Amino acid sequence: MKQITQFPGTSGLILEEPLIFEKSVKGRMACSIPRNDVPEIDTSKLAAQGYFRSSIEGLPEVSEVDVVRHFLRLSTWNYSLDHGLYPLGSCTMKYNPKINEVAAAIPGFAQLHPKTPEAFSQSALRIMYELQNDLAEIAGLDAVSLQPSAGAQGELTGMLMIKAYHLSRNEPHRNLVLIPDSAHGTNPASSVVAGLRTQTLPSGEDGCLNPEALRPYLNQNLAGIMVTNPSTLGLFEKNFVEFSCRIHDAGGLVYMDGANLNAMMGVVKPGDLGVDVMHINLHKTFSTPHGGGGPGSGPVAVTRALEPFLPVPRIVFRDGRYGLEWNHPQSIGKIHCFYGNFGIMLRAFTYIRSMGPDGIREACENAVLNANYIKEKLKTHFHIAHDRLCKHECVFDDKYQQEFGISTLDIAKRLMDYGFHPPTIYFPLIVKGALMIEPTETESKETLDQFIEAMIRIAEECKNEPELVKHAPVRAKRRRLDETLAARKPILKWSPGIYPE
Amino acid sequence: MRYIPHTSDNRKEMLAAIGLTGVNELFADIPQRYILDKPLRIEPAMSEPDLMRFLTALSNQNADVGRTVGFMGGGAYSHFIPSVVPSLMSRSEFVTAYTPYQPEISQGTLQAIFEYQTMMTQMTGLPISNASLYDGAMAAAESALLALRVSQKSRIAVSRAVNPGYRATIETYCRNQNIEIIEIPTGTDGGTQLDVCRGLIADGVGCIVIQSPNYFGVIEDQTGFAAQNTGSSCQLVTIVTEALSLGILKSPGECGADIACGEAQSFGLPVSFGGPYLGFLTCKEKYVRQAPGRLVGMTRDSEGRLGFVNTLSTREQHIRREKATSNICTNQALCAVTASVYLATMGPEGLRQTAELNLKKAHYLRSQLSQITGYRLPLSGPIFNEFVLQVPGTVHQFQNFMTAHGVFPGIDLSQDYPEFGTALLVCATEVNTREQLDRYVALAQTYSKEALS
Repeated sequence: MKQITQFPGTSGLILEEPLIFEKSVKGRMACSIPRNDVPEIDTSKLAAQGYFRSSIEGLPEVSEVDVVRHFLRLSTWNYSLDHGLYPLGSCTMKYNPKINEVAAAIPGFAQLHPKTPEAFSQSALRIMYELQNDLAEIAGLDAVSLQPSAGAQGELTGMLMIKAYHLSRNEPHRNLVLIPDSAHGTNPASSVVAGLRTQTLPSGEDGCLNPEALRPYLNQNLAGIMVTNPSTLGLFEKNFVEFSCRIHDAGGLVYMDGANLNAMMGVVKPGDLGVDVMHINLHKTFSTPHGGGGPGSGPVAVTRALEPFLPVPRIVFRDGRYGLEWNHPQSIGKIHCFYGNFGIMLRAFTYIRSMGPDGIREACENAVLNANYIKEKLKTHFHIAHDRLCKHECVFDDKYQQEFGISTLDIAKRLMDYGFHPPTIYFPLIVKGALMIEPTETESKETLDQFIEAMIRIAEECKNEPELVKHAPVRAKRRRLDETLAARKPILKWSPGIYPE
Repeated sequence: MRYIPHTSDNRKEMLAAIGLTGVNELFADIPQRYILDKPLRIEPAMSEPDLMRFLTALSNQNADVGRTVGFMGGGAYSHFIPSVVPSLMSRSEFVTAYTPYQPEISQGTLQAIFEYQTMMTQMTGLPISNASLYDGAMAAAESALLALRVSQKSRIAVSRAVNPGYRATIETYCRNQNIEIIEIPTGTDGGTQLDVCRGLIADGVGCIVIQSPNYFGVIEDQTGFAAQNTGSSCQLVTIVTEALSLGILKSPGECGADIACGEAQSFGLPVSFGGPYLGFLTCKEKYVRQAPGRLVGMTRDSEGRLGFVNTLSTREQHIRREKATSNICTNQALCAVTASVYLATMGPEGLRQTAELNLKKAHYLRSQLSQITGYRLPLSGPIFNEFVLQVPGTVHQFQNFMTAHGVFPGIDLSQDYPEFGTALLVCATEVNTREQLDRYVALAQTYSKEALS
């Protein structure tokens, strides 16, 4: 007899908690301050000049117990990767190993000041140097900068380098960047911040790059192209190499958005496909945690031709010592006060050392296996626009469910009741009502089967009990939240007695 | 591999379900000639115990503030972090969640960010705070761009006393958008020259960027700068890199700044060799729709209960694409939540007292050092917890002598500010005990005798 599947979603006890400001009681304190052990100074002159503030109006006064209960209760209202499956497409929510967190907290790293003389920060520089080399090897490119703080800043860095490259060759007119319509919104936004123009390229019928669309732009104004590969449809861009060649022939450069590198690492090197510059999301592919929206890290990898333009300082190894090198006159400059998010680099370094070359490849293979498994099991229940071998993710839509008045949003919300985080929804924009599922390699077959069964049940509910789906979630901390109300008269901070009406 | 659960039986079963026989068939859509036939050239996998041993051994070669005595600031400050901060911030629910795209199951992060936004408006005295930016330098660049969107101008003036890393970053962001940057000089007190600004504003500069306390540790006359802008569209951007100073010093908003931004690493984040830190940005109410980055707002659910969502997203790249106010997507959310835990723990009184300790310790050290022959204080302006110190001999000699005795005496200024000659930027905070301060002074004395003899 088949056992009835137990889903992780429950209606467990959830504790309410007000805003911390509403718990404030004048005179309470949650910290202890050391006694002053130096002579008192006369601050009357500073005070007379009006430099001091009277008070910090509104900052809460609470006890240590209040702080702990408050933030602990808040934390329990989050669904996290450590709770369960988090199949957000293009976000690569793989397990975040605990050793990474322990490594980043080692005092020799966590308490190391960035301006420590190089002779006393050799190990930190060495980790950065070795991480650069590992990422260059994985990307199949020649040089890496770890300075960008996240993917979008990596994109900006890459586009600035493309611009600088053309300027250095006396081709300032090359300022047009081609971006497929399936791209993440940061691609066009980053290009514009870099001072370039963008042109959207329509995808072909098959969801892939369309060589025909390229033709009108292969001229002296072309700066380059930004392509996500594997694409946001989860498909390997079959025309990628042809595209690279044509872009190069026209004097342009190829930027690869490496958000989906998890489906390539150890199996294919982007550099071999003609990529000139790419960014890598350490907080996706290399297992560093997302932290509820950051901090991330978005290193860029480039070919030898683009190396002179990398941000400074460069991390180098010369004469047996690691060091910071500033003298690169063609560099695009700095994009961070120091060297980037070192704590995140350290976690990624720890991950790469834990995995080794075979582990990296296995991660990639199993990620692709999991995505294809889900695609195969769900494709009769949900419409799929492009039913081909997929890479890290598969993209369904709500075409079948629309006839029952159910949308992708409803399906996503209903998944919460079953105890799963929903997939990415309504992206890529070229699939109407997209449900973009990326399971990653760290999910077991049992977890995938449970998720698949939940999705199938929801597909049945759409037919038989559509109201249930339309009003989901019922088990989360809150029911559906009113985003229109939030945007109409925005309340972006707490003030006594001000609530949305 | 312990992070990959599949057994070979699992794999076979799953491949069969897909209709494949081998893992390599999963990559049949990629031209065979690009499939790697050799393993990557990276170090072989290490077991967890071996890796921990390796990392700990490596870390012991670094000079962390736990084992040495550091007097370095310059945009990264060593402050005491109460135990509740790392304890709460190790919660998986905060650490391993994604950006709160699904608010019903992300209320923890959303409310914590809303509280962060509120606290940052209280600290800076300006009514709107975004949900965080990457670091202080990038926040300064984004603030300059915001100021120019508001003033509709294309020139900015940046004080020479703004952190050089910030100035370089502002330049990277602005240069490529055809924005002209003018440098405002500093005076003998170390403050930015106010009288120069009058002419710049008349010349159509769209924003004035100052830092207070500035890179030399000197507190700027923000009120004076704000007064200069009256009647013009020119915006005053105040950068704060030592956020703890806001515990005692008048806030930028109170002084009349239009936009405040900078680095809030001091609010509970370790120095961690330069990151991850916490870029912040606060501004006037009317600039909210021009602001970069995410914003969390209060709303209600379908049953009328209060809740929180990301809002005003039409400014952002995922909706507006090439017309977005910024390209930022992932920010520093966990660092922002850390700051809310830190600020709630410290409270107004704890922050004031800690800030006062910083002020007193730095003043004590400065006064003691100025009494030793050969040491000079080139700047006369008021300071918070940092100051410029001219040393006898060369900076290199001085640093070598001090580090040989386990003291990191400050940041070498000779590259960035040759006008000070052989000078360092020295910082003292509440973590520096009287004993450490006296040790610095005693060593400086010994050094000067040796250097001068």
